[in-house]
Amino acid sequence: MTVIIGLEIHCQLNTKTKLFCGCSTDYRDDGPNTHVCPVCLGLPGTLPVTNKQAVIYALRVAKALHCEVPAFSEFARKNYFYPDLPKAFQITQYDKPLALGGYIEIEAEGGGEKRIELTRIHMEEDPGRLVHKGSGDRGRYTLVDYNRSGVPLIEIVTEPQLSSPKEARRFLNKLRATLEYLGIYDSEREGSLRVDANISIKGYERVEVKNITSYKGVEKALTFEITRQKGMIRRNAQIVRETRHYQEARGVTTSARSKEMEHDYRYFPEPDLAPLEVSSWVEEIALPELPDARRDRFMQQYGISQNHARTLTGDLKLAEFFEEVTSGMPEIAAPWTADILLGELNYRDMPVTKVPNLHYRALLEEVKKGSVTDTSAVEVLRLILNQVMEGQAPEMPGVIIARLGLSKEEGESFVEVVASVLKENEAAVADHRSGKAGAINFLVGQVMKATRGRADPKEIARIIGDLLKD
Amino acid sequence: MVTKEDVAHIATIADIGVDDSELELFTGQFNAILEYFGVLDSVEGGADAVHSRTNVFREDLVKPSLLNDEVLMNAQDPEDGFIRAPRVI
Amino acid sequence: MGSTFTFDHDDPNNAFITICRQADYGDGPLSGIPVAVKDNISTAGIETTCGSKILKGYIPPYDGHAITLLRSAGAAIIGKTNMDEFGMGTTTENSAYGPTRNPADPTRAPGGSSGGSAAAVASGLVRMALGTDTGGSIRCPASFCGIVGLKPSYGRVSRYGLIAYANSLEQIGPLAQNVRDCALLYSVIAGYDPRDGTSLELPPPAPLKPEIAGKRIGVPTEFFGEGVDLDVASVVRSGISRLEDLGAEIIPCSMPSMRYALAAYYVTSMSEASSNLGRYDGVRYGTAPDSFRSWHDAYSQIRKSGFGEEVRRRILLGSFALSAGYQGKYYAKAQAARRMVRDDFARLFRTVDMLAGPTMPCVAFRLGETSDPLSMYLADILTVPANLAGVPALSVPCGTAHNLPVGLQLIGKHYAEDEILSAALAFEEGSA
Repeated sequence: MTVIIGLEIHCQLNTKTKLFCGCSTDYRDDGPNTHVCPVCLGLPGTLPVTNKQAVIYALRVAKALHCEVPAFSEFARKNYFYPDLPKAFQITQYDKPLALGGYIEIEAEGGGEKRIELTRIHMEEDPGRLVHKGSGDRGRYTLVDYNRSGVPLIEIVTEPQLSSPKEARRFLNKLRATLEYLGIYDSEREGSLRVDANISIKGYERVEVKNITSYKGVEKALTFEITRQKGMIRRNAQIVRETRHYQEARGVTTSARSKEMEHDYRYFPEPDLAPLEVSSWVEEIALPELPDARRDRFMQQYGISQNHARTLTGDLKLAEFFEEVTSGMPEIAAPWTADILLGELNYRDMPVTKVPNLHYRALLEEVKKGSVTDTSAVEVLRLILNQVMEGQAPEMPGVIIARLGLSKEEGESFVEVVASVLKENEAAVADHRSGKAGAINFLVGQVMKATRGRADPKEIARIIGDLLKD
Repeated sequence: MVTKEDVAHIATIADIGVDDSELELFTGQFNAILEYFGVLDSVEGGADAVHSRTNVFREDLVKPSLLNDEVLMNAQDPEDGFIRAPRVI
Repeated sequence: MGSTFTFDHDDPNNAFITICRQADYGDGPLSGIPVAVKDNISTAGIETTCGSKILKGYIPPYDGHAITLLRSAGAAIIGKTNMDEFGMGTTTENSAYGPTRNPADPTRAPGGSSGGSAAAVASGLVRMALGTDTGGSIRCPASFCGIVGLKPSYGRVSRYGLIAYANSLEQIGPLAQNVRDCALLYSVIAGYDPRDGTSLELPPPAPLKPEIAGKRIGVPTEFFGEGVDLDVASVVRSGISRLEDLGAEIIPCSMPSMRYALAAYYVTSMSEASSNLGRYDGVRYGTAPDSFRSWHDAYSQIRKSGFGEEVRRRILLGSFALSAGYQGKYYAKAQAARRMVRDDFARLFRTVDMLAGPTMPCVAFRLGETSDPLSMYLADILTVPANLAGVPALSVPCGTAHNLPVGLQLIGKHYAEDEILSAALAFEEGSA
């Protein structure tokens, strides 16, 4: 059963003001309905005027994603009635979008690159936000916050060319990185990237899954939906063409049922907004170094592996962080940052921008000098990250190493410890003697435990071998 | 010719309540009006741009928003700064 | 200087929806002059209803651009005038606040949709008033009430604060007892406004002087065609002869696109209106929705009880004209027809300076005279072409027929308000 996935990604542009009025888009820390003016509240008599910067940002994306920008594009009204839509229409683009075509290259399943083609990119305004309150048929009501109303969005539509949730995740990672590199999107703003997905099994009807509000939920939502569809096919149940909503908390998709109104959006050109003739601007737009170029540069400049380079450039802030700390020791900084630090940050849900790079670089220097073992260095890193998370001023690695006595010691000073471990674990010693391969690792582990990681495991293994030879 | 059913369908799309008696009245009137609009059938082509200009923009400069009180002053029963609407689910 | 104007007149013709008895005013070219404002222009702190029940109680938190200009010119805004609901009508009878009577004959309607503004001016309650004109809504009541009214070129007066009926067609404009006052009010409200993306940066209006000698005035045969009252036609023809006497050259001409103009106008305006009027859900302002109903129930109910019949008819027809399967037949064709009208004007204006004809094909209707919507729409046939093309047009009194006022319409080139105002002044004063 071949899986076919197409995505529609809504990305908030990080302009200072909304798409059609001068209200600030920086509303997330403020109360409801505090970033609202007569225009974005849709008060009678108000008129939209297009934010030039938003158009430039959207064109930047179009250029970076290799789209064609037609000579003429225009805004249109999409008419529907919902309390989050204060004008009862959304200003969007319909049959004349800002950009057509384009593609993104992602890492293919078996290595190499796979090209995912785009259908179009268009601009539109974000609706407000609804909060559902009360209970019972007559007790329920809706609260509306229009702070988000009018925030500029681009919608990027892909061709149905993704073949697995994993590929979708890779696509989104790549897209997100590119948008960040372009400086038009702020990943730290909650809900700034939202995804709708069209999913089908080849030969069957297509289902649209909406409301995937967290970018991390995409792989989960897709996996659930594919499993559901495959299950239905196995049971000979019919897959109907429908819209389903992703329920983030439960990790399931549910049918949006057709109790909603019949939709006929009655698109027509927005009479209050002049059309755009901006294709000639594209040439003047200077693109920054994008993820692929940076990856290739990292490999060349720092001599690091493709995998490490890909990981380190997959996030703008991470790439910048790496370049700040790597000087003179990329062979240590690359694996440490891509493998160890990233894991610790994910575990803590901590952004890389919070890592104190002075401390981190000092730690890498300790590792390079060989003054701590990798195990101890990880312990020091965790301590530093925890201190930051708890709002304390982090200690320098040297201070922590001294305070906890984590200095790597020479192997010979552990001979006594090794001897006592061997005495306490006669069974394992016997196993080792009889040639069981895993026994030595067990014994090394016991010694590491007893020395709290200060010893070099290779040294310990050698000492164990020496002692048992006698 | 539009039928009562057509008018009822449009009322559904437009989400606007129409009584049965009114449906009858509107259907008759719509037929007369749409017949008059039929003169447009002989127009060649279609959908020209309504605009004579392009590229009208504003700069990305923050302007003051309304005070929350001003936003809420015409709304019924606001709650904690939010505006209240009928239930949607 | 800050002063207060006390307005202590009665309102015998129901010209006003809201009267501001104490109106502050300042210095400027309109200092202390009482001005009435049509109730579809947003006025901060003054209820603005558009003649609709659905906006009853709505107090805007902002002034439209024209209002800002009025205030800074020193005008005293003494009230908001009655109108056909959301501008949809030719009589001012489609108002939730009762009909307005025509001061020239109280058994007659003042015309519409700016009937309240026209009646307030014609009865002398105010020297001048703001109206709005989407398909003739300034010129029609000016003609029926015997005053002067100007629809400026599209883009000449900011629409910021004009509550939209049909965005691509409408403009705010002045109504006054004479051409000089009309031009004075126009000179205050004209100008560029960055908040209206269709507003234009143009030189300010020139000082007004009577000027008509040597002007070439086209008279399209279609303006005297079928449906035009013969007495009205004859009054207007003699008016045009007076223009000739004043030194103008009269040039008969033809506007074949007139055949499509009315349909193009109604399809376009209804389509835009069906979208514009979606926002009146009672959530943010206006009559609150029934909180016990679910959203779509409450919404369709409030649109049923809050809008009058004509508004609902136009929302339905506009929704139909934009709907899947019909948009190509109606909305798209209407835009193409609109281009034909523009091209016709462009062609005519290569050989003439302005066009003249009747403003309306008839005199003021009796109150309650017509209930058939289509025959009412047909009365707009002579005013809609200027809106479709975005050119300026005015109505100036030119005599009476059936003992009721008749207006002469002058239509100018884009942004040539000065030229038609000068011609109208010459006509009014009988001097070139």
